Parts: sequence; C-alpha cells; structure tokens
Amino acid sequence: METLNRQTANIIVWLLLLAMPFWIKALGGYTELCTQVLVYALAAMALNFLLGFTGVLSFGHAAYFGLGAYGVAMTIKYLVASTPLALLVGIVVGTIAAAIIGWLIVNLRGVYFAMVTIAFGQVFYFITFRWNNVTGGDDGLTGWSRVPIDLGFTRIDILHNPTAFYYVVLAIFAVAVGIMAFLLRSPFGRTLLAIRENERRARFLGIPVERHIWLSFLISCLFVSLAGGLYALLNNFVDPRALRWDMSGNFVIIAVLGGMRSFWGPMIGAAIFVVLQDYVSSMTENWMSFLGLFFVLIVLFFPRGVLGILRRKSLS
Amino acid sequence: MSLLRVENVSKHFGSLIAVDNVSMTVEPGELRAVIGPNGAGKTTFFNMISGFLNQTSGKIVFDGEDISSLWPARRVWRGIARTFQITEVFPELSVRENLRIAVEVASGYRLHLWQSRNIDGEVKARVVDLLEMGGLADKADRLVGELSHGDQRSTEIMMALALKPRLLLLDEPTAGMGDQETYEITQLIRKLHRDQKHSIVLIEHDMRVVFHLADRIMVLAEGKMLAEGTPKEIAANETVQAAYLGKAAA
Repeated sequence: METLNRQTANIIVWLLLLAMPFWIKALGGYTELCTQVLVYALAAMALNFLLGFTGVLSFGHAAYFGLGAYGVAMTIKYLVASTPLALLVGIVVGTIAAAIIGWLIVNLRGVYFAMVTIAFGQVFYFITFRWNNVTGGDDGLTGWSRVPIDLGFTRIDILHNPTAFYYVVLAIFAVAVGIMAFLLRSPFGRTLLAIRENERRARFLGIPVERHIWLSFLISCLFVSLAGGLYALLNNFVDPRALRWDMSGNFVIIAVLGGMRSFWGPMIGAAIFVVLQDYVSSMTENWMSFLGLFFVLIVLFFPRGVLGILRRKSLS
Repeated sequence: MSLLRVENVSKHFGSLIAVDNVSMTVEPGELRAVIGPNGAGKTTFFNMISGFLNQTSGKIVFDGEDISSLWPARRVWRGIARTFQITEVFPELSVRENLRIAVEVASGYRLHLWQSRNIDGEVKARVVDLLEMGGLADKADRLVGELSHGDQRSTEIMMALALKPRLLLLDEPTAGMGDQETYEITQLIRKLHRDQKHSIVLIEHDMRVVFHLADRIMVLAEGKMLAEGTPKEIAANETVQAAYLGKAAA
C-alpha cells in the first residue's frame, strides 16, 4: 500500500515537472522561474543527501555550488564553447575540492563540522571576490553565455529558447535525482541511514563511519556542483554571491522548509523559496523577512517540513 | 589457543585510575561474567576490548593477534561484536531494517550499490532467522524506537549476532528490565551459549543471572581484579563477599 502511494506520488511529481512551463503561465509565472525551481531543488536535494539521509549538517555547500558555477562560466569564456564540457569541468572542479576538504574535516561532528564548512566556503568566496582579472571580482563574470547543444543530428538552441533550456535542465535533474534515489536504496545508502540514526551503533557494526561520511559528502557536493553549473547557465552570469555563506544558508533553509526526512521535501522547499523570492521581492525589498517568518513558523509547528504536514494529512 | 587474552591493561583518566592492571583470558565457547560494584571499571574494561577507548598500558590479543591499537570497525571485522549498557539501535528504522543493515554490513555489502535478486533473498532470509531467534517476528515492521525496552535490547543483541561474531560482548543486558524481560533475555543468552556455542563476555548486575549463566566469573572492584573463578568459588570467596556480595545481601 505504501509503495503504491509512493509510486503515485512519484508519477504526480514528474507529470507536474514535465508540464510546469505550461501551467506556470496560468499562475502568472514564466519559464525561467521553472528552471530556477529545478536548480534550487537539485542543490537542496543534493545537500539533503548529506543532511537528511546521513545526518551531517554542512553550512558551506555554496562553495561547491559556486565552484561548479565558475567552472562552467570560465570554461565557456576562456577555454571551449561547449555546454556539456563546461558542465563536466564544473562538476570535476567542485568534486575535487570537496574530496580534499571533506577528507580534512570528516572527523568533526555537529556544530564544529558546520562551522568549518562555513569557513572553507568563505575562503572560496574571497578568492573569487579578490581575483578580479580572472573571476571578474565583485562585478561577476560576464561576457559569455550558454552555448546551444549540438547532438549531431539536431541542435538544441538552449540560448534563445527558454523552454528548450528548461527541458534540458529537467533531463539532467532527472538523471541526478534518479542516481541519488538509487544510491539511497542500496546497501551503501542504508549504511548512511545507520550513521544518521546512531553513529555509535553504526561504528560497532563495523561501518567505517568517517569513510562513509566522506563518500556521502562527495556525492552531495558532486550534485551541488552540477546545480551550480546549471545556475550559471541559467543566468548567463556568475558572481561571488553564488558561493557566499548566505547561499549555503538558503540551501539548508530550503531543505528544512520542505522536509529534510523526505526525498522530495527539498523540492517543495525550493518551489516555495523561488516563488516567494519572485513575487514578494517585486513588492518589497525585505522579502527575506517574509521567508524568515514562514521558516520559523514551519520549524516551530511542523518540524518535518511542508511535506511532513501533507503526509500527516494524507495519513489521518 | 585462547580466544581473547587481555594482558595487564590499565586505563587512566587524568589522575583517576579506572582500570588498574587487569588481565583476563577467555577460551573459545566460554561464557565469562564480569561483576563488581558501580564504578568498578567494568564498562571501561569492556570499552578497551571493543576499541571504544584506548588503554593507557597493556595489551589485548584476539585469536593470537595483537589488536590493541586497531580502531573499532576493524575489531568488528575480526569478529568482536558488542552491545551497550544504554541500548544503541537505529530508533527511526524498523526492526527489520535494523537487522538488515547489520546483515549487509557483516556480509561485506556495505559499499554495494546494487544487489542481485539472489543476494537480496539471502539477506532477507537471514533477517527472518534473526527475527525469529530474538522473538521479534511479530514486531518486524515496527519502528525500534516505539518498542519496549526489552524488545529494543533483543534487537540490539540480534544485530550483534547478525555480525556472526566470534566473541560477543554484552554490557548489562538486563539493565533496567522487569522480571519477565530479564527471564527472557537470560533464556536467550543461555541458548546462544549452550546451543550455538557462542563465546560471550558479559557484564551484569543481577546476581541471579550471573550465577545462572556463567562458566567463570571475574570480580572487579575499584579498577582492580579482586577474584576470578567458577560461580561456586566466587560465592565462597570471603574477599568478594566482604567487598561486594555482602553489601548486596545487606
């Protein structure tokens, strides 16, 4: 019964995503907004691989998001005009950085881990902020744009056709999310749940806890780098704010808001976040205070997030 | 060859000497109890065997190999499994999932990303065996965190057994339990020892349990070994009576 419900839920989610560019217009939105939801959802779901399913809080995921974004932007601007290759470079750069930093910090726990991830994140922020002639400094990296994808038999013009770009991002999103779901259902994924549930028990079952947390961190950062790369492509622009600590905070807020114990929770969080940002910020500068209020209410009254509320409703 | 040989281990926490120069030898198939008043250093002693703490001095030899400096997971891989005084399980997962993780890790599948139908079937069958042995079959799909204290304890013991240990360390398996639960756990441990020939070292407070189960008993007091022998010898030992049993009886 429960698996049936889960299947139905999955089908509904994918149908909604497939049709989003159509129904969003009825609600007064536009296609780029849909793409933005996907990008934030991917980033928050990747963070949640670590936060919700391994029980480790990183407050520095913007670093790898930003490295992915700069990797993509700089590849296209300085090296080669190819979107797939640029994305590959972005992922590799972000993941290598995560491998090294993760290895250094994997023995830390709880708030110490979170603090050190912020610190490392800020290191990358200041590098991009200061290194003017390469990264464009505070002004960001301009003078490049995403490149249409040539498949040989056909050409997808993701630059001029936002709908085409949305579906390319959706396809990438589907693969990434599929891989994460697959990993979480594997024996390896269950060892991560074990670590989340009780690190001491996990260790004394013979799970090398640090190694598995490192792997989880790596996987999480790989997909966050991918999200960052897509973010740069979406905006045809990247600036140091993409890897500042408040961006890391956004990912955590999105995951917790949507519900970090559920796989799709962060996507709902991302939708709420992007919509609030878009609508409320057109009315007031202080849209963040509305988000903050909303966040506090959810955390106080529904610690399992928005999806947690919906689930409880469907059970009762 | 002895299964476990603990040679002159000590543990100092600053100026406090928690365990002072204690030695112990456990033979294969033996059930050894470690008893002593609160603060005698029993759990610290256990923690050094399982690798939770490093000893200040001394040596721990398991099956002929010096394991004194191995980290905990490696000791588990060598065959030492343990339970804790305060039950350590995965509370938000079902009993079945708890056991499944243990079985998979023990079978070396912890890094596997995929399981063939055959292996999946083997894992599930082993989980069902463990559920039945622990009397947990009817609670298999409930969250462990919702179960009674006794059932949580059984789950933990079954998880340790899932590792197919060569030595099982049980830290106060009946702590905080009612008479009925104590009886059930005692029966379970007796079955593991007598029928399945598991080698077990057990810390216990409940004297009825200890004298009922143990082949040999070691008595600790204030970090030192006070006596060692069969239950009969320990019951007759005057030093032990004065330091421990006498107090409990009074």
